[in-house]
Amino acid sequence: MQLSAVTKLAPSRKRGAGSTVPQNRKLKTPWVFIAICMSPWVLGFLFFTAYPMVTSFYQSFTKFNIVETPKWVGFDNYYRMFKQDPDFWKAMGNTFWISAISIPLRIAFALFTAWILTKPKHGSNIYRTLFFIPAMVPTVAATMSFTYIFNPAVGPINKFLEALGIKDPPMWFIDPRWSKWALIILGLWGIGDTMIIYLAGLLDVPKSLYEAAALEGANAWQQFRYVTLPLMTPVIFFSSVTGIIGSLQYFTQAYVAAGQVNDYSNSMYFYATHIYFEAFRAYEMGYASALAWVLLVITLICTLIMLRTQKRWVHYPNGTLFK
Amino acid sequence: MTTISLEREAAQAKQSRQARMRHRRRKFLFEVANHSTLIALSAIFLMPFYLIVVISLMSYRQASLRALWPHPFIWHNYVEVFQAVPFLHWTMNTLFVSTLTMIGTVVSSVPPAYVLSRLQWKGRSTTFIIILSTMMLPGQVTMIPVYVIFAKLHWIPGFLPLIVPAFFAGAFSIFLLRQFFATIPDEISDAARIDGCSELQLMMRVVIPLAKPAIMAIALFAFLGAWNDFFGPLLYLVENQDLWTLGIGLTQFQGLHHVDRNMLMTASALFMMPVIIIFFFSQKVFIEGVTLTGVKG
Repeated sequence: MQLSAVTKLAPSRKRGAGSTVPQNRKLKTPWVFIAICMSPWVLGFLFFTAYPMVTSFYQSFTKFNIVETPKWVGFDNYYRMFKQDPDFWKAMGNTFWISAISIPLRIAFALFTAWILTKPKHGSNIYRTLFFIPAMVPTVAATMSFTYIFNPAVGPINKFLEALGIKDPPMWFIDPRWSKWALIILGLWGIGDTMIIYLAGLLDVPKSLYEAAALEGANAWQQFRYVTLPLMTPVIFFSSVTGIIGSLQYFTQAYVAAGQVNDYSNSMYFYATHIYFEAFRAYEMGYASALAWVLLVITLICTLIMLRTQKRWVHYPNGTLFK
Repeated sequence: MTTISLEREAAQAKQSRQARMRHRRRKFLFEVANHSTLIALSAIFLMPFYLIVVISLMSYRQASLRALWPHPFIWHNYVEVFQAVPFLHWTMNTLFVSTLTMIGTVVSSVPPAYVLSRLQWKGRSTTFIIILSTMMLPGQVTMIPVYVIFAKLHWIPGFLPLIVPAFFAGAFSIFLLRQFFATIPDEISDAARIDGCSELQLMMRVVIPLAKPAIMAIALFAFLGAWNDFFGPLLYLVENQDLWTLGIGLTQFQGLHHVDRNMLMTASALFMMPVIIIFFFSQKVFIEGVTLTGVKG
């Protein structure tokens, strides 16, 4: 996936093959050197990607508990998933819910913080650093801290909310209706890396376009809507695709938070959690492989849908990269 | 006549001065508004840090009263956390895994990235597309067979399953390095080749020194990735307490000993600190790295 956001930031090399080398000294391809250099990746690809993929595809049609050899069961695992496993639907529902809410929110928030960072004449570097730091915090430390400070009994957040006049502040991680919102807030806190990408995109927008828009009498909102936003669509597109892929695999925050608060109603039970529990708690490794393959198919479908819709809203200044 | 024109000129000058003043005042007000918004946002972003540090310095009793300022400051918490749980041991384990992961990533990712960007060969773009598509692959698809391989090697529980894969070049690091290598002008390589420089020498002596910022970036990302990793240690280290990293240790904190609950914030603060310190010293490398790939580190 070569995306315009990427190629724009690091211009790809246009190479007239060995243009500066005289024709009679045409270089031979150093195949041995290439093979040696590529070997770490090739071996890694074989051991940690290709072989495991084939194996896990096979195992998704078996009953397998790591100790005994896999036993072929045909489509049983897939049947079980859709017909007999309420946890599967719970996990699926939770995952789609949080993706649908958090991805747009993250994009909007990252775009807003990046946009406001381009505004002041002086000092925006300091703010940029401050906004970025939370993205550096180890996920476990961040999640543990959030479950503590959002704890209604001992955490200070609800004290603030009460001071602001909110009578019954949410119970956050403890309340199944609010736990996912707490996770979303935790995610928004660590928006830094997305923000940096957007900031680079915003700084790339030519000043002359804004000047032209201003001459035409466009106000600030119109400039944002008709100049900034269209030029940002490739970056937004890219971050939505990576956002969807990441969101479908959402695990650590939810797992750690659920471990802290006794999530009796499984409100923080996501698809990746389900795979983990089936594979390493229940040792249903065949079933877990089937779940993983369904995840891969869902990821591919979502990506394809995104690619299909991009024609309608993504604006590539230098022609499309995806054809 | 002259007086009239002079007066008119004076009036005009006054008018334009007023306009400029108005303009400047408007700009100033905008600047104030921008900074106010930014300061408010900063407060929101920094609030959790403030709360974590403050709670980490409280007594348990104070912490349960939702106090916002420690009274008195219990600096001893930062000593006690090392005594109550094997915090230093966890730190050493984490440091060990992170350092080796970093070394492995750098050593194994530079050569493929060099070959993929600085040399022309048949199959190059296909290989690159495969590398990029593996980045999209959910880890869950390969997780179980990889686990089985390591189990058969009797590497679980142990550090090897976390470290060894790092020596087999990560797609993300190759991608980042390739993007950077590609910006180094071809003329440099061509000149060196004409002078009889071998490809290996060219890589080691010319391209690597020029690509230091990118190599620093992947080293940092690899180190921090391992430092912050939770899922890997959860699979491969949980069974043996001696091997726990900070991430695992923190989640098991309560079950271990009788430790005051707010000490969890002390431990969290200590866990975050190295990362934040590293960030302050390497901010530029970091931000350039993120922008170079457009993907999360």
